[in-house]
Amino acid sequence: MRALQVVGTFLLVVLVVCLQLGPFSHLALQGVVPDLALLVVVAAAIARGPSYASVLGFLAGLTLDLAPPVDHTTGRWALALAVVGYLAGQVRDDADHSAVAAALTVAAGSFIGTSLFALSGLLLQDPGVSVAVAVQVVPLAVLYDLALTPLVLPLALAFFARMQPLALRW
Amino acid sequence: MPSSPARRARTTRRLRASRQPGSRRERPPSRALPVALVLAALTLITVDRATGDDSPLEPVRAGAETVLGPVQQGLSAAGRPFAAAGRFVTTVDGLRDDNARLARRNDVLRARLAATKTARARLAQYDALDEVAKGARLDTVEARVVAVGPAQSFNRTVTIGAGTRQGVRPDMTVLDADGLVGRVLRAGPTTATVLLVVDADSVVGGRLGSTAELGFLRGDGDLSDEGRLTMTTLDSTARPKVGDTVVTWGSRRGIPYLAGVPIGTVESAQATARDSSATVSVRPFVDFSSLDVVSVVTSAPRARATASGASSAGSGG
Repeated sequence: MRALQVVGTFLLVVLVVCLQLGPFSHLALQGVVPDLALLVVVAAAIARGPSYASVLGFLAGLTLDLAPPVDHTTGRWALALAVVGYLAGQVRDDADHSAVAAALTVAAGSFIGTSLFALSGLLLQDPGVSVAVAVQVVPLAVLYDLALTPLVLPLALAFFARMQPLALRW
Repeated sequence: MPSSPARRARTTRRLRASRQPGSRRERPPSRALPVALVLAALTLITVDRATGDDSPLEPVRAGAETVLGPVQQGLSAAGRPFAAAGRFVTTVDGLRDDNARLARRNDVLRARLAATKTARARLAQYDALDEVAKGARLDTVEARVVAVGPAQSFNRTVTIGAGTRQGVRPDMTVLDADGLVGRVLRAGPTTATVLLVVDADSVVGGRLGSTAELGFLRGDGDLSDEGRLTMTTLDSTARPKVGDTVVTWGSRRGIPYLAGVPIGTVESAQATARDSSATVSVRPFVDFSSLDVVSVVTSAPRARATASGASSAGSGG
């Protein structure tokens, strides 16, 4: 049963990443796409807490690092989303009780995640990453993630709530 | 050490609470786990970075392409309604974009006309030798774009729905009806990753249509629709004309880039005082924000081989 849940969660991560890179790319504003993987990680943090969410964030980030067509140094999204999962888990008692707090958590998570990813790119001098571009991309990403929060977060929370009775203990 | 009943009760309560699956405060969140994850991520980054092209993660990435490519293909078919939704979302910018696109189209056509006139004489000589310039005898594989790298990842790459089973190999040239799209970075069985020429990591050899001046075009990494290519000419004294067409310079066997594929038009050429070279901005023909069907040139080497009977020099470099 537990194995089934691990598989289920993993499939969700893969599906979410593929949706984000595939169909959702049609919704791109200036190339920025809603970061579904990040929303799922924040939902996991609210439903399950920092440990679970940081592991899920690491896995989701790694999938995002490796999935085609993304091409950058592997581990950058894994780092960013693991940190987001952990931090969002720290404030989950607040985020769980009000929609505004949940939205704020998403906004903060999105800002931290996208910025961390950009920052790691700057440090590694990965091509394409510059402060000028990041300044354009990060606010747009935060707004877009916020816009999708009312649609995605309840769904993701419901998914993790369904898994709850046989919770995984990381 | 005797424990007081109150204390025992508290402990039991805590134990029970921790056993209750739905309970909130199961255990204090461990610090070690996130630290371990961060270290693991840093290790991955270091390993991938230090080993470059021989990265042990390259096979993993190829595996991901094999597994996730078909998933993206499946979702792409299911995601057609999203395309309509996307058009709705971007309606605000839409009209302005349309206007810009039509104006650009006009420029492009005018530029092509101009370039055709000047180049026709020269082309006539090459035509007999260079099949590629005419776009003839090229075997191409048509494919749809099934996934696009988000701006948050700072790359301009796309996944296309054709892979090694269709004959797609790394470094092959990718075109669409307008011009050069990019080159194949990595090919899975049914999908391939394409590096767009507007990516900051992309370098293409280009030739100016009117003067045959050679240069290198680099993507500016601009993730919006206004991506431009920056061309540095080999001859630093060259002053490309605005509106001139740039085509690919090409390599000997058409790998990575085939010769003679239109790339874009010169939009501006500003002299830089310091090293007396010019910064040339090239506007690509291809609209990278709405890529859909592209062609991968799969038989360039063969086409060159049959043509090389007549031409030993070709237009390669």
